[in-house]
Amino acid sequence: MLEEYTADEMMTIAAARKLHNGAVCFVGIGLPSAAANLARLSHAPDIVLIYESGPIGAKPSVLPLSIGDGELSETADAVVSIPEMFSYWLQGARIDVGFLGAAQIDRFANINSTVIGDYDRPATRLPGAGGAPEIATFSKEVLITLRHSKRSFVEKLDFTTSGGHFHGGDSRRRMGLSGKGPTAVITDLGILTPDPETKELTLTSVHPGVSIQQIVDATGWPLKVAPEIETTARPTATELGVLRNLHAGSARSQTTTIQPSPKYS
Amino acid sequence: MSLAAILSLHEAIQEFVSDGATLALEGFTHLIPFAAGHEIIRQGRRGLTLIRMTPDLIYDQLIGAGCAHKLVFSWGGNPGVGSLHRFRDAVENGWPRPLELEEHSHAGMAAAYAAGAANLPFGVLRGYLGTDLPKYNPRIKFFECPFTGERLAAVPAIRPDVTVIHAQRADQRGNVLMWGVVGVQKEAALAARRAIVTVEEIVDQLNAPANALVLPSWAVAAVCLVNGGAFPSYAQGYYARDNAFYKQWDAISRERRSFQTWIERHVLGTKDFAEFRKSLEAAAANA
Repeated sequence: MLEEYTADEMMTIAAARKLHNGAVCFVGIGLPSAAANLARLSHAPDIVLIYESGPIGAKPSVLPLSIGDGELSETADAVVSIPEMFSYWLQGARIDVGFLGAAQIDRFANINSTVIGDYDRPATRLPGAGGAPEIATFSKEVLITLRHSKRSFVEKLDFTTSGGHFHGGDSRRRMGLSGKGPTAVITDLGILTPDPETKELTLTSVHPGVSIQQIVDATGWPLKVAPEIETTARPTATELGVLRNLHAGSARSQTTTIQPSPKYS
Repeated sequence: MSLAAILSLHEAIQEFVSDGATLALEGFTHLIPFAAGHEIIRQGRRGLTLIRMTPDLIYDQLIGAGCAHKLVFSWGGNPGVGSLHRFRDAVENGWPRPLELEEHSHAGMAAAYAAGAANLPFGVLRGYLGTDLPKYNPRIKFFECPFTGERLAAVPAIRPDVTVIHAQRADQRGNVLMWGVVGVQKEAALAARRAIVTVEEIVDQLNAPANALVLPSWAVAAVCLVNGGAFPSYAQGYYARDNAFYKQWDAISRERRSFQTWIERHVLGTKDFAEFRKSLEAAAANA
């Protein structure tokens, strides 16, 4: 009997599968964190998860709400300061995979997490860059995960927060960047990967029950579709079990009532 | 050399934080100086330039309460929850007053604080490549490395008038010990003309292991005892992050009126952080 699952669960599981065991992964909060921990608790037990707040080798048993929950530092191999994190570990080229979310993405996997609309008079002010511009440029490879819609997959970004493949082709290399840049964009509908030459995002895998047309319709530019398209493997019972367990622990930790002030003797 | 003064938080803010000051209340998710932020709101400071890598709820409150003139930052959100609604209202609608922005990436802010602590004019990094940030922030510059010819980014050093941080412990002399996610607090404290540190407890002996993060008393202007002063963020070894409150803040802050009611009742209507906590507990018990 096949288990039911949601589109978000499929997205997280498909993203987790992209992480190989032993990778050193710089993890963004939210969807990337769920996927990275699912990978660690399933096929990639030796993955090293780094959170920008300082924990290196975090092994949380519940999903953190923030990027710096106590659960992360208490389970880490080391906790470093912010200047050390960004200079020695990220700029120091020790990160294999940068794992990011985004509000908007374009066909060359450049992303926006800053504003919708004009910068000086924004329709929606988003949180901003955080660590993303440098994660995107200095990780050896970048994975991006976000929900698929015409609002998020746009012809032109309102603001480029972090560069992916810039203008396509060899533009990363011409900017002096050595990493591969984004190698996959995992959504709730399918998986897009950059064309080896042009670097334009191309639909290469559709999740079970999703049609190619549905994905084309949810993309704000004329989406290229690979000649031989795969169907993403369904989530296994193990993957779903581990993921739901992570979310359940997280939900429990977020519904506690306000604690009384601590008392000291 | 002069040792840190052991002051009440009220006294420290009154003495060291003036209208128009450039102020950093640092804390990266952990050890956020909420009590100090509230005291600034209570004392009605105006025209502040607020600096912080990750402005979260306490900056949302300072902005909504009308204390801020400018924000220097790299990520402004309610972590894991969504928007900072008071920050957004100030940027999108100029309420309660327009908020000037100087926006960076985390790597840029970290370099700028480290430069401030090191008494350098600017921080240097490989960074800001392919992002639009330099188009909107003229204080991000690029220059050629004199040794390799590589194009590098420069950001001006951050030198706050006052940095406020929260730490786990101080001793009677005012030496400060902190651990866990320590963020950029050491650099922010050393970059400032004066540093105020609120602490969970003041002990006779710090008993800090070698290489622990200790700020010597003479590098700190004032130490203030504020039990639970980082709530609703956390103090490792003392209390956990109140994730439920971070989620509740989304509804409290979404509308101007609900925000104003909350801040008037729980912050402006209380005399200190202990009363604020009691006020919240009473409201929760009546809910």
